[in-house]
Amino acid sequence: MSFPWAEQYTPKNPVMVWIDEKLPLPRLAYNAVGAGYPVPRNLNYFWNFGVLAGLALMIQIVTGVIMAMHYGANDLVAFSTVEQTMRDVNAGWLMRYAHANGASFFFIVVYLHIFRGLYFGSYKAPREMVWLLGLVIFLLMMATAFMGYVLPWGQMSYWGAKVITGLFGAIPVVGEPIQTWLLGGFAPGNASLNRFFSLHFLLPFVIAGVIILHIWALHIPGSSNPTGVEVKGPQDTVPFHPYYTAKDGFGAGIFLIAFCTLLFFAPNFLGHPDNYIEANPLSTPAHIVPEWYFWPFYAILRAFTVDFFFVPAKLLGVLAMFASILLLFFLPWLDTSPVRSGKYRPTFNKFFWILVIDVLILGWLGGAPAEEPYVMMSQVAAAYYFAHFLIILPLISRFEKPLPLPGSITEAVLAKYGKTDGEPVAVPAE
Amino acid sequence: MAIVEHTDSTGLSGEDGVRRRDFINIAAVSFAGVGGIAVVLPLIDQMNPSADVLALASTEVDLSAIQPGQAIKTTFRSQPLFVRQLTPKEIAEADKVDPSTLRDPQTLAERTVDGKTQWLVTMGVCTHLGCVPLGAGEGENKGEYGGYFCPCHGSSYDTAARIRKGPAPKNLEVPKFSFTSDTAILVG
Repeated sequence: MSFPWAEQYTPKNPVMVWIDEKLPLPRLAYNAVGAGYPVPRNLNYFWNFGVLAGLALMIQIVTGVIMAMHYGANDLVAFSTVEQTMRDVNAGWLMRYAHANGASFFFIVVYLHIFRGLYFGSYKAPREMVWLLGLVIFLLMMATAFMGYVLPWGQMSYWGAKVITGLFGAIPVVGEPIQTWLLGGFAPGNASLNRFFSLHFLLPFVIAGVIILHIWALHIPGSSNPTGVEVKGPQDTVPFHPYYTAKDGFGAGIFLIAFCTLLFFAPNFLGHPDNYIEANPLSTPAHIVPEWYFWPFYAILRAFTVDFFFVPAKLLGVLAMFASILLLFFLPWLDTSPVRSGKYRPTFNKFFWILVIDVLILGWLGGAPAEEPYVMMSQVAAAYYFAHFLIILPLISRFEKPLPLPGSITEAVLAKYGKTDGEPVAVPAE
Repeated sequence: MAIVEHTDSTGLSGEDGVRRRDFINIAAVSFAGVGGIAVVLPLIDQMNPSADVLALASTEVDLSAIQPGQAIKTTFRSQPLFVRQLTPKEIAEADKVDPSTLRDPQTLAERTVDGKTQWLVTMGVCTHLGCVPLGAGEGENKGEYGGYFCPCHGSSYDTAARIRKGPAPKNLEVPKFSFTSDTAILVG
């Protein structure tokens, strides 16, 4: 949204005036990310991750389109064309490693982005739609990353395809026809590889479309901020450009340094060595694990080992895994506390960090072998995950006594630098 | 103009207030809906197995070289097939189990051919999420029950390839097969 004090777009150059009258695209950009978009003045570095996620998506699209120029989506040649990209294509190794590690970095920044939202209550009214669209993007990201991982047709690719489509096979009655439909056969084969290639190409553009809606929905109420107190007047905001373009630019620099360090010095650190073995439909590798960014969900899937009444363990695991994400769609209505930011919620604060640790433990367990004591630990950690959102959070919201909130963003900023007296008090917007 | 049209339409309203125009509206939209479904169906159906995938042959397996206690892996309908010759000890172990205590109750006799109980022919596809269980190859982990062990999510199968532990809901599937001679089977 543009607050009433936002700077106005006034083209001076006659060419820009001519364009503005016909198609006001520069005006749109000015009001969306330029000086025409005022943003709270107190955003910390956790507010960088949205831009970084956008940057990661761009890296994936560009390197991906390049990879597709050298890739053969056929089970006979897929593995060797990826090797060819690595060895023969000029800078092909760079494109391939950038694309593979780019996926990891995409998930790193998106997880930080999500936990930022969880801590600072960014999902709360009036930003519920921003949150819901964000979750849609997250689901699309996981689907895209999964299908991309199948393309090199290594061992992990093949068995990942089998297991993930097998999740749909757990659905009663219609499950098996759905799995067969997804694979185009009874096991992963050329038909599966071909369609996954097509969809892996398509979905990033769907993601880009939903990102436009995500940003649009964000710009109606404007960004939240670390205090959770809404903007009250011009003194609470600064124009997005140059203040946050510069801050985001700095963050992007740090992101790229970290990315390039891994890309150039440890490009296979986050990958699985078994994907350098060509797909073998007759042998599942003994140490099969999904990519690290799926580990927490994988641990929840594996936590269900016994049947419960008439529901088989297989279906329970699948339901629990999907529920662990679908649950988040209801978060704005599970957390009923009127205080947005976790900074002013002492009890919430403690449980938030327990949740972070719980998710990290789930991640670690997802990468561990499926044996005791890991299975039992997964069960405890998975139970806690659901308890946090379904029991603990609604109870905290009801009984917690929040700390006093600052009167305004400006007040909070000035208090931080010990300049409370003599400064103007926030003036409500007209 | 608008007023005229309004009076016109109210004038035409028959009993129950249903006009002929309402029927035409519903009919037109329904027809477009049918057309839409007719377009979407082939767009979905093209992803189902193609004719060449469905034209699956049956598989003939020569058993003559398989020793007791040994298993081979072959393919049937592009999925792994396990053919194992059980030892008398393994048969005894499988028969010892009370089927009613099992998740998917079946006796070894129900899973094999009469008089040739030693030949255990199953799909090598874990009934959980479809990995190939270990145990067919020499020196592989056979799991707690001496049959097969799936490395993906830790399902254990016994010597009759019945599910004993872990998340898998069913025993390893026994495909349709018949003996063509004493040492050969035809699967499918």
